[in-house]
Amino acid sequence: MSENRKLIKIATAGSVDDGKSTLIGRLLYDTKSLTTDKIEAIERSSKQRGYDYLDFSLATDGLVAEREQGITIDVAHIYFNTAKTNFIVADTPGHVEYTRNMVTGASTSQVAIILIDARKGVIEQTYRHFFIANLLRISHVVVAINKMDLVNYDEEVYLKIKADFDELVAKSDFSEDQITFIPVSALKGENIARQSEEMPWYVGNTLLDHLEVLEPADLEPSSVARFPVQYVIRPKTEAWHDFRGFSGMLYGGNLKVGDEVTLLPSLNTSKIKSIHYFDQEIQEAAPGSSIAITLETEVDLSRGDMLVKSGELPSSEKQISATICQVNNKALTVGKKYILQHGVNRVLAKVDQIESRIHTDFTGAEDAHSLKLNDIGRVHFRLSKPIHFDSYKSNKSNGSFILIDEAEYDTVSVGFIE
Amino acid sequence: MSNLLIPNPKEAESIHIIREVAAQFERPVLLFSGGKDSITLVRLAQKAFYPAKIPFPLLHVDTGHNFPETIEFRDKLVEELGLELIVRNVQDSIDQGKVREERGRYSSRNSLQTTTLLDAIEEFKFDACIGGARRDEEKARAKERVFSVRDDFGQWDEKNQRPELFDMLNGKIHVGQNVRCFPISNWTELDVWEYIKTENIEIPSIYFAHEREVFFRDGMIWTANEHVYREAHEEVELRMVRFRTVGDMTCTAAVLSEAVSLDDVVGEIRESTISERGARIDDKRSEAAMETRKKVGYF
Ligand SMILES: Nc1nc2c(ncn2[C@@H]2O[C@H](COP(=O)(O)OP(=O)(O)O)[C@@H](O)[C@H]2O)c(=O)[nH]1
Ligand SMILES: [Mg+2]
Repeated sequence: MSENRKLIKIATAGSVDDGKSTLIGRLLYDTKSLTTDKIEAIERSSKQRGYDYLDFSLATDGLVAEREQGITIDVAHIYFNTAKTNFIVADTPGHVEYTRNMVTGASTSQVAIILIDARKGVIEQTYRHFFIANLLRISHVVVAINKMDLVNYDEEVYLKIKADFDELVAKSDFSEDQITFIPVSALKGENIARQSEEMPWYVGNTLLDHLEVLEPADLEPSSVARFPVQYVIRPKTEAWHDFRGFSGMLYGGNLKVGDEVTLLPSLNTSKIKSIHYFDQEIQEAAPGSSIAITLETEVDLSRGDMLVKSGELPSSEKQISATICQVNNKALTVGKKYILQHGVNRVLAKVDQIESRIHTDFTGAEDAHSLKLNDIGRVHFRLSKPIHFDSYKSNKSNGSFILIDEAEYDTVSVGFIE
Repeated sequence: MSNLLIPNPKEAESIHIIREVAAQFERPVLLFSGGKDSITLVRLAQKAFYPAKIPFPLLHVDTGHNFPETIEFRDKLVEELGLELIVRNVQDSIDQGKVREERGRYSSRNSLQTTTLLDAIEEFKFDACIGGARRDEEKARAKERVFSVRDDFGQWDEKNQRPELFDMLNGKIHVGQNVRCFPISNWTELDVWEYIKTENIEIPSIYFAHEREVFFRDGMIWTANEHVYREAHEEVELRMVRFRTVGDMTCTAAVLSEAVSLDDVVGEIRESTISERGARIDDKRSEAAMETRKKVGYF
């Protein structure tokens, strides 16, 4: 599919009016991803509102409430492609109270574009956006210094903002080569898809060129293979009488036929007999594959269990510590019980202790008794059964979980295991 | 035996989602319209459970105004794959007095489907409905979740959606609630066509250029037959057309086309300057049309 175009997933972050929607609209327009009927709709709406320019933000601001208030209030996914690359952009809103949305958008992204209004420079919001990119260990950050047209395309302004941002980078886990600065005007299209003649002093790539040279493999560091069992396939037909396929998505590393594997929680061992992808039998699967595996021996393995290579066992614990981001109005408090979903596995969890609320501006932490919507904190949990995890740092999918409210079933928190 | 599988990330994600539906719900159903998106879903579901059969039935909410080619195709597919098909008719909802047939120039049974669908969900106690909606189809869809919880009235509350983090899907619901599941949320129209081409998936003939009696209204091409309201001055012409989206005849516009093969179609889509939903007459009614329909339980 997609003629082997690579897939790059991007989250945008910026304060209200920094120009996120305009930037995305501009990317769509410049890659010819906006169709005539959409462009006409934008022209119509822009005119109705009395603008003398095309308001590209109208291409992405979807919900009626947003159009009325002129703001983005939820994560929207936008798609476009170039000849070489498919892009998915999560447009996340920038209000103070909307940490939740950026965490959500960033959780499925490899790249973050942080917007800064050139007139305002690095502000408190910028700290928060970068903090979240750091917490989620986004692989690559583009700092787009926008509205350069409003500061006469002045290099000094750009250099000052870059220097301020570099101070933040020093406080983070990012290395310098993971951060790229680009001066742009989203409205005018300067350095978006077209090299700006207004800023001859900038010699780097345009935003689009930069996004195109990124390689997904470099953006997803490999670790060890983790195969959580999602669904057991038992055809019970004559042709497939004894077939028991353990299906799921493979994370972190390759698995191949003949690999010695250990099953969790039983700690039984076996060997991979075959790997199935639809009607094909394959020798080896790379991370991200949705496959079915059969084993040499009859074993007890069901949904929520995990298959790993022997000698590469994850941690198995009933007590865990994690950084929590609260994504629901209901506060997290000590003693509260939740359903903890780790991948496709669910256990019960009880909050043992809230250690601290973390300041999202790199200034440390404070004592806390509860975590409210958009709070980030360190929490200790006790679980009904052990889970088999890695640290978030070493394996994102096996190091993260969500908490589900026991009564309402809402998703209330996301956790990153240490 | 091939060697190393390098996954197609969008396909792998969709299979993952379909398996989650089968694992998390008691009574899932796949909403099948006979269109290319639901045909793609069927292929993905085959891949998710092979060598077992797809472990849930298909539901077709039939407006009675479908293209005959679509119905023929549907029955053949179901037969070949040994699937269970449930059909519920909008005509029955009309006969039972639950909905009223629209009249006049833009009349369509498209929005009447909602009632028939909700009744079927209740009748069979379905707790998950798998649909082929994509986020790139329409602005309001761009914010739809992969698992979208609906209340007893099928309503969608866009301000109160569960955040979806990483690829963890939370399908826990209370009695009376159900979930709309969208495995190809992240696909674009071009992705679907390219997939149909590489996988060599069969699709109904109306997706390819053919001669048809049509008439022109509001810059769109409408099918001319007894189900579609037409005024005396709207003249019928014979044209080479094809459909980009296949729904009810009353709300699906054709495009002029010479594309007779999948290669041609993919080429046309790549070059095309009118979006797919631009060919949906129901969306033109107002800019906020889709969102309004979704709030009252439309798929
Ligand atoms: N002059 C100028 N205005 C811009 C630029 N980018 C965005 N804007 C304007 O800033 C306002 C807010 O933009 P919008 O994209 O809605 O910001 P968002 O809230 O981050 O999505 C709009 O009036 C845009 O036209 C830019 O590069 N230059
Ligand atoms: Mg916006």
